[in-house]
Amino acid sequence: MVENRPYRNFLAYLVLTIGIVIVAFPVYLAILASTFDAGTIANGNMPLLPGDQAVTNYTRTIFEGASRTSREPVGGMMLNSFIMAMGIAVGKILISILSAFAVVYFNFPFRKTAFWVIFITLMLPVEVRIYPTYKIVADLGLLDTYTGLVLPLIASATGTLLFRQFFMTIPDELLEASKIDGAGAFRFFKDTLIPLSITTIAALFVIQFIYGWNQYLWPLLITTKSSMQTIVIGIKKMITTQDALTEWQIAMTTAVLAMIPPVLVVIFMQRLFVKGLVETEK
Amino acid sequence: MEKRALFSSKILPYALLLPQLAITIIFFYWPASQAVWQSFLMEDAFGLTSEFVGFENYRALFAQPEYYRAMVTTAVFSTAVALLSLSCALLLATQADKQLRFAHGYKTLLIWPYAVAPAIAGVLWIFMFHPTLGTLARPIKGLGIDWNPMLNANHAMILLVLSATWKQISYNFLFFLAGLQSIPKSVIEAAAIDGSGPVRRFWTIIFPLLSPTTFFLIVVNIVYVFFDTFGIIDAVTGGGPAGQTTTLVYKVYADGRLGGDLGGSAAQSVILMVIVIALTAIQFKYVERKVQY
Amino acid sequence: MAGVTLDTVRKVYTGNVEAVKGVSLGIKDGSFCVLVGPSGCGKSTLLRMIAGLETISGGAVKIGDRVVNEVEPADRDIAMVFQNYALYPHMSVYDNMAYGLKNRGTPKDEIEKRVKEAARILAIEPFLARKPRQLSGGQRQRVAMGRAIVRKPQVFLFDEPLSNLDAKLRVQMRVEIKRLQRALGVTSIYVTHDQVEAMTLSDQLVVMSGGQIEQVGTPAEVYRRPETRFVATFIGSPPMNILPGKVEGPGRVSVGGQTISVTDMRDGLAPGSAIEVGLRPEDVQAGAAGSSSLTMDVDFVEELGATQLFHGKVAGTEFVVQASTGQIPADSRTLTLSIDPTNVHLFDPQTTKRLGRA
Repeated sequence: MVENRPYRNFLAYLVLTIGIVIVAFPVYLAILASTFDAGTIANGNMPLLPGDQAVTNYTRTIFEGASRTSREPVGGMMLNSFIMAMGIAVGKILISILSAFAVVYFNFPFRKTAFWVIFITLMLPVEVRIYPTYKIVADLGLLDTYTGLVLPLIASATGTLLFRQFFMTIPDELLEASKIDGAGAFRFFKDTLIPLSITTIAALFVIQFIYGWNQYLWPLLITTKSSMQTIVIGIKKMITTQDALTEWQIAMTTAVLAMIPPVLVVIFMQRLFVKGLVETEK
Repeated sequence: MEKRALFSSKILPYALLLPQLAITIIFFYWPASQAVWQSFLMEDAFGLTSEFVGFENYRALFAQPEYYRAMVTTAVFSTAVALLSLSCALLLATQADKQLRFAHGYKTLLIWPYAVAPAIAGVLWIFMFHPTLGTLARPIKGLGIDWNPMLNANHAMILLVLSATWKQISYNFLFFLAGLQSIPKSVIEAAAIDGSGPVRRFWTIIFPLLSPTTFFLIVVNIVYVFFDTFGIIDAVTGGGPAGQTTTLVYKVYADGRLGGDLGGSAAQSVILMVIVIALTAIQFKYVERKVQY
Repeated sequence: MAGVTLDTVRKVYTGNVEAVKGVSLGIKDGSFCVLVGPSGCGKSTLLRMIAGLETISGGAVKIGDRVVNEVEPADRDIAMVFQNYALYPHMSVYDNMAYGLKNRGTPKDEIEKRVKEAARILAIEPFLARKPRQLSGGQRQRVAMGRAIVRKPQVFLFDEPLSNLDAKLRVQMRVEIKRLQRALGVTSIYVTHDQVEAMTLSDQLVVMSGGQIEQVGTPAEVYRRPETRFVATFIGSPPMNILPGKVEGPGRVSVGGQTISVTDMRDGLAPGSAIEVGLRPEDVQAGAAGSSSLTMDVDFVEELGATQLFHGKVAGTEFVVQASTGQIPADSRTLTLSIDPTNVHLFDPQTTKRLGRA
């Protein structure tokens, strides 16, 4: 900045601090609620400092779940969410790095066609074709399966485009040197392309893991058994319109548990997260 | 742009493309075309037979006052969230762009809500503004307002806008900050030498230079409000009270699932597809960088 | 080891762009051949066809006695050094050099022996465990050479390997490449656009232009007796002066009314016909007017330290004279240049070919 006057910087600190407080406040309340018993929350006068029920709440939530609405242990839901998120992240990386390799490094008829067939999918999120997709998954007998949760969500172009963009920046000479060194397509892919793509793979993984963990509409539709529920669906089912049935301390504990994995990923892999976010949108 | 050196193989490229193409065709092209086809069909009351009815589903749709209400709701919701989250994010980004101590820490503390699922965001906000036990609902009631988002549509909409905005600020903040940091310092220094103060400099130099970012974010935010807020709406209001916070996407879900009107739901899906394609076309200026074929 | 033979080799790109127009060339076993020419002359394409990185549209490439047109690059028994080095960024220096041998299934102890040996020759032993990004430009260049050496190939191919280095390092590496090639005795083909590199490195110099060979010869032959006006002006720095002139008679031409004698002149040229007269800046002397001299108007002088360049005009055409410092007074306004008849080059204005004795 050109001017560096103290009061201006003070203003900046003030604005940012207020921003952080507003951003953090709802989450702070959730954490607070996860440390009180139902009665303290229900009387509408929850204290602004933590209570002493944290251990009880978290143990009960993880191993038993809510008692009046859904009775599924949240630990199992977290496992489902984890499997779905990993499936989506790994699956998408796998299919998109292979297709990008084909589109960038091979010369074959219909190359442009294949690229466009994949590219178009960028435009339509799963929400607009939700029922026909549901029907296909049902016809394939994939309701209440991890495969059914994962596959329709990896049908998109973002990964392919990201890898294609990265592959284009790799100098041609590297492939030529590999050819002279006697490496065929498979060896080049394994020995050179994959090691060079590690950061891109990691960035895509971070973004897709968060995307997968946070899925809502799709798992809501295709999971009918409560044992297949993901945590994001589970928490919604704990909150009912009849207030009396909602166990807020359990719901808020679940909310905290649902936020922990993706938030940790963002905080500890911030560099990869920002790279992934900015580059998939570019 | 193409690679100079390539592999040539008859089968390998197709084998490499197969997984992606198979998934794309089965779970994308097939359902999308089914949606279009279904929008021209009508099922009988028991879902046993269906007949081709042309544009009947579309006609019925545009005869529904609820559909127009969903459009208005979507428009209000998108505009409010886009405006609010973009201006908050811009304010925060301009401050974070200054040379501050702990700048990195501030950034981290502002971006993490991106990782919170929309449905969870909705749950957090409804807890905070719950009419009987919400920590922030009490002060509002103390002002003599009969705050109740469960019953009052305006209150419900305000709550939706706030939760959706809260969730979206971090995304916009990141892109604005990146945009600000890519403005060459020399341009700003030149403006300072030309004698323009910080406020004037912001509106005459920085804001215009940020306009590509702003434009990109407006489109992304509208798409976000259209689709990603489904979880927020389902968690906070369930489309209510009395369908007054039902957006276009929520209506596709509600009519198809709860109402069982698959033809009508499919017709709505098709209209949404057209809207998204139009938005993408507007954004094509930015997307085309990816498509150098 | 083996020589390389090109027989009317052609390269046509899609859209009928002919990058290489039927080049024939024999490169002797163990010799150092440099392909030189301006960018776009087809020299790199030709090299890449020898390497197998470009398909051959017509003609034949032979390494030793084997036609290699359809042979994969890895099976041609060649090694290549690229302009940007093309080192594998994620592999250590050792692995960069060993990769080609590993792919070939060379035994591990043999790989180690060869890599150590190459590292010793190139003085990069201390860096074997490092990644390319931890090396300086010159060190990367050596690793790229090492990768070529360990393969013990029939032919080394160099694609402008020094152009990414700074001027000082370039001279140093040039000398090293020459020494290495002498020591190993491997047939080498080297592409450059730098005529100093071309002159200093080559046993056999190939000047190319527009997808064709202009002239092949030893550096001395090409310099002393350029076959075309293009070669005359491309080889030598500062470039040869070309003046429009007229044929006066056998062994006599005139430039702007002044007559000079020529030793190497084709018989039977019709008096009065137009001709181009080439004179190297370093071949003309300032002296007294005589039977073979030209007058020059001096515009300005460039100081190069050991020598000076006098810029001006002869008969209205730009002309440069190079002279040892102090030989000609720097404030001269006009110079009388005495021309040694053996140093005059004549070219046909239409065909641009040399009009020397058959």
